[in-house]
Amino acid sequence: MTESEIFEKVRQLVVDKLDVDEDEVTMEASFQDDLGADSLDVMELVDDIEREFDITIEEADLDTIKTVGDAVRYIASR
Amino acid sequence: MRLANKVAIVTGGSRGIGLAIARRFASEGAAVVVGDLDLEAARLAAAELEKLGVGAEAVKCDVAQTEDAELLASHALNRFGRIDILVNNAGITRDRLLLRMSESDWDVVIAVNLKGAFNCTKAVAKTMLRQRSGRIINIASVVGLIGNAGQANYAASKAGVIGLTKSLAREMAGRNITVNAIAPGFIETKMTEDLPESVRQAFMSRIPLGRAGTPEDVANAALFLASDESSYITGQVICVDGGMVM
Repeated sequence: MTESEIFEKVRQLVVDKLDVDEDEVTMEASFQDDLGADSLDVMELVDDIEREFDITIEEADLDTIKTVGDAVRYIASR
Repeated sequence: MRLANKVAIVTGGSRGIGLAIARRFASEGAAVVVGDLDLEAARLAAAELEKLGVGAEAVKCDVAQTEDAELLASHALNRFGRIDILVNNAGITRDRLLLRMSESDWDVVIAVNLKGAFNCTKAVAKTMLRQRSGRIINIASVVGLIGNAGQANYAASKAGVIGLTKSLAREMAGRNITVNAIAPGFIETKMTEDLPESVRQAFMSRIPLGRAGTPEDVANAALFLASDESSYITGQVICVDGGMVM
């Protein structure tokens, strides 16, 4: 899967979860600062991403994922 | 019907306080999943609950085992499609004075009473977070507040349950999930039946209302915490103890 394909899927998950407009979800957007996610939203998004992409996001890696782009690149690297 | 269309899980629900809670919930219209180590007893309880006209399910569950707790939650979800209420009631005692208390006496009580509550809460949390609603009711004990000679393990586990309650109340409040504890005092159950007469008398002398409580007294408090009437109450410990602790 290419990064842009991953991005499209992640964008949909974020739109569904956070009730934001599609164009707000850019690679640079921070989940918490720009998209209004609280810590529980982030936990749920992590869970959604794990299910959608059938991966496990390691606890230690969670801190490095701040933006949508961080998540997309992380998924692409798995 | 104060719990119409609600789905509840009650651990240790086949006897004592747990069974009284399961009955009370069912009598108010909730479907109830009874988790218990003793599957036969859980089945009997579930059969009795079904006679009240609600759905009921028995699941064998050792709450100290993570997988068992997850199975309990998935049973409830598969059968009833949601989980509204969790009552962490399963508990055991291994009473001894400290010098006679073995490591296993300590470990097993903490594993069932404290880790069991953690396991079951974690198992239902995802569902409740997504539902944006839920009620978690932890059965603690007054000895978790005031201590009790001969129950260092039990009292520590129950004090731990109170800390768990308050932390999760803060953590999950943003999703409309309330987490409260009930601290029963001296309640007539199998657990207290075996206490020596002298210990019973000592307890009685400290109860302003002058009598032991019943499992139904605790169940009534649980019903309140499970119902819509308590929606603005979270992180609290309600003592059902005839005034022993105040």
